[in-house]
Amino acid sequence: MLARAITHALVGLEPRRVEVEAHVHKGLPGFTIVGLADRACQEARERVRSGVAAAELSWPGVRITVNLAPAELKKEGSGFDLPIALAVLAASRQIPPESLESHAAVGELALDGRVRRVGGVLAVAEGATRCGIDKLLCAAESCAEAALAGIEPVPVRHLAEAVAYLRGERRPEPCERGNGRVAARAGPDLGDVRGQERARRALELAAAGAHNLLLAGPPGTGKTMLARRLPGILPPLADAEALEVTRIHSVAGLVSLQHPLIDQPPFRAPHHSASTAAIVGGGPGLRPGEASLAHHGVLLLDELAEFARPSLEALRQPLEDGEVAIARAAGRVVFPARFQLVATMNLCACGARGDPAAECSCSAQRLAAYRDKLSRALLDRFDLVITVPRPRAVELAAPRGEPSAVVRERVLGARGRLAAGGLRRTAEADELLTRAVDRLPLSGRGRARVARLARTAAALAGAEAVGAEHVAEALSYRSPAELRA
Amino acid sequence: MNELALAAFAAATGAHVVGERPGFGRFRRRFDAAAYEARLRALGVRFLARSDPAFPPLLRAIHDPPPGLFLRGETPVELLARPAVAIVGARACSSYGSGVARSLGRELAGGGLVVVSGLARGVDGEAHRGALDAGGSTVAVLGCGVDRDYPAAHAELARRIVTGGGLVVSEYAPGVEPAPWRFPARNRIIAGLAAATIVVEARERSGALITADLALDEGRDVFAVPGEITSALSAGANALLCLGATPLTSSADVLELFGLSAEPIGDGPDGDAGAILALLADGSASTDQLVRRSGLAPEVVAAALVELELAGLASTADGLARAMPR
Repeated sequence: MLARAITHALVGLEPRRVEVEAHVHKGLPGFTIVGLADRACQEARERVRSGVAAAELSWPGVRITVNLAPAELKKEGSGFDLPIALAVLAASRQIPPESLESHAAVGELALDGRVRRVGGVLAVAEGATRCGIDKLLCAAESCAEAALAGIEPVPVRHLAEAVAYLRGERRPEPCERGNGRVAARAGPDLGDVRGQERARRALELAAAGAHNLLLAGPPGTGKTMLARRLPGILPPLADAEALEVTRIHSVAGLVSLQHPLIDQPPFRAPHHSASTAAIVGGGPGLRPGEASLAHHGVLLLDELAEFARPSLEALRQPLEDGEVAIARAAGRVVFPARFQLVATMNLCACGARGDPAAECSCSAQRLAAYRDKLSRALLDRFDLVITVPRPRAVELAAPRGEPSAVVRERVLGARGRLAAGGLRRTAEADELLTRAVDRLPLSGRGRARVARLARTAAALAGAEAVGAEHVAEALSYRSPAELRA
Repeated sequence: MNELALAAFAAATGAHVVGERPGFGRFRRRFDAAAYEARLRALGVRFLARSDPAFPPLLRAIHDPPPGLFLRGETPVELLARPAVAIVGARACSSYGSGVARSLGRELAGGGLVVVSGLARGVDGEAHRGALDAGGSTVAVLGCGVDRDYPAAHAELARRIVTGGGLVVSEYAPGVEPAPWRFPARNRIIAGLAAATIVVEARERSGALITADLALDEGRDVFAVPGEITSALSAGANALLCLGATPLTSSADVLELFGLSAEPIGDGPDGDAGAILALLADGSASTDQLVRRSGLAPEVVAAALVELELAGLASTADGLARAMPR
């Protein structure tokens, strides 16, 4: 006797339809899973068998073969437990096989038959909707996430509940749809920063124009504190962006139960020991990396010079294209990765450079070696480079700065004006830019960067055109000689 | 071509040779001057012998002049006989040192002097860059063969020097490797080519002080740029001042010595830039301090600083802005 359940496997972020076929036939009692299942998936055998027993259903004492089709696609993870159990039960006619045709299923089984949530439910639900299936059996915790794809989630806490529902003995519980946007914003506020006028201005420009920002300076001057406050002044995500970000975080198992929709720009700050695969994605399971988790948000690389050079150079492609393409022998996966890069670093290996209260003990060679850690190509990708000086005691005693909410309003206004377009440079602005290219070490890419930044400055000022004062300000954020090797 | 043979002998023996040595007689008999010159031409290197009338008289006058100079660059050798000033200092200099070196290089070259230095990192490189900024001529004296780019980071700078009407020179034949003991010897050529030597920033036991000593030995003028008394980087320059070096407070001090006058100081900038420049007269300051003292918005201060920088009136480094000497 044969039965079939439907679920989806993920290749990167892409759902692929998988049919779970169960065949119950005469022969020596046994249970085999075929179809390129990985270790976690093979172990489903034990979980499914004890789950079925715990649901007080009978385990067919005959030969059972489960095939995950298409057989050439690699299946990973424990989300296949529930569809396998349902297929086996349908094949042994404990549930009507036709009831499975209009449902997709995903979830891990506990040994006592409870259904556990797994990562990537949003992508599975989207795949099911695309195949014309309108109901998804999944763990109760995953319902809010699945509902984002426009599918009707059927919450099941236990395998017995799923069986009762499919037999038509039980109506599905209404599931909570906690998908409203969150009004409150967590995260540190810019109001905590006292003084640091230039750095605050740089943050505002970075937020308004989505520019990459590098904060350099001696240790303890507040570089990291400033960088962590950037997400708080960014505008919230548009609906399509929010869904895209949620899909990536769902695959990584990082969405919250109550509010699965991520509608604020994500913020990721990997430690500097992170491997290349951890940053751009990949690894045996082809998981999204920090760069993709920061999609439409902020990627903070604290102590940039301490990161391994290959990890940093790997970021150049996503910085240019907004996506990471990972090629493996088995195929190619593309993760979106359009993030805003914020980095902090010291000016020299000992850290004292730029600090009036300390004397740098680095030799010329050591200094050169420190600067050589960053390639010019990477430094070129920072539109804004500022040196954060050590604040004086009077600044620390100053009143609190402007709160994030006020700055965010200005950023929103500037984004609107930038999107409207039509900001052109005046003749004086063009003249200043040409003079600066002659006079300062400014490459062609550097010139384009200054022009872009000047446009943001003009948009923040609400000006009609990009004036000389905006170009002059933009020039002050170019990477200073002390960072260039 | 006795001198060329001597220079080739020095290169072949890996020694520093000024006079004749044992073994030189044999080397000279076997030396094929024509073939050697052809090799130099292929490298684009010229040799200026001490006996050549075009050899710079100031350098000939020191007590151990080199047998000759190898030259890289197409510039006529008369450049070496023009009034020149040497700017030397620490490799690991502070932002103050690099700013001062750059602006001195710019103004002295702009005033018509040839700027001589050693192409090292730090003060030397900034002095060359300053001279190039002003469109002036500059001479880099190396402690290795002129075909070597040393330090490698300054390969591009060396190229700009030779294409910008300057020269890269050395007493060592092409192919000679840089070695620690060759740099003090190189310094005597820097001091020898220049009528005056300026020490911008130097630690207590710095190569720049060797250059200054050599210049004093030859009776040339020595200037030192005063530094903060609390900074180890200024100890060398300040010690020179104690010994009687002339304190350098503006490029006009040096130009006067050569009977040249500095470019007339025009009216300073007005508006916000003028206000910021006036604040910088009290010493270096971060942008944040200037924002608070001037009461201007940070974007206005940033724009004003760029305006001053483009006009050569201020420089920013390590997050601190400072006014430049005029």
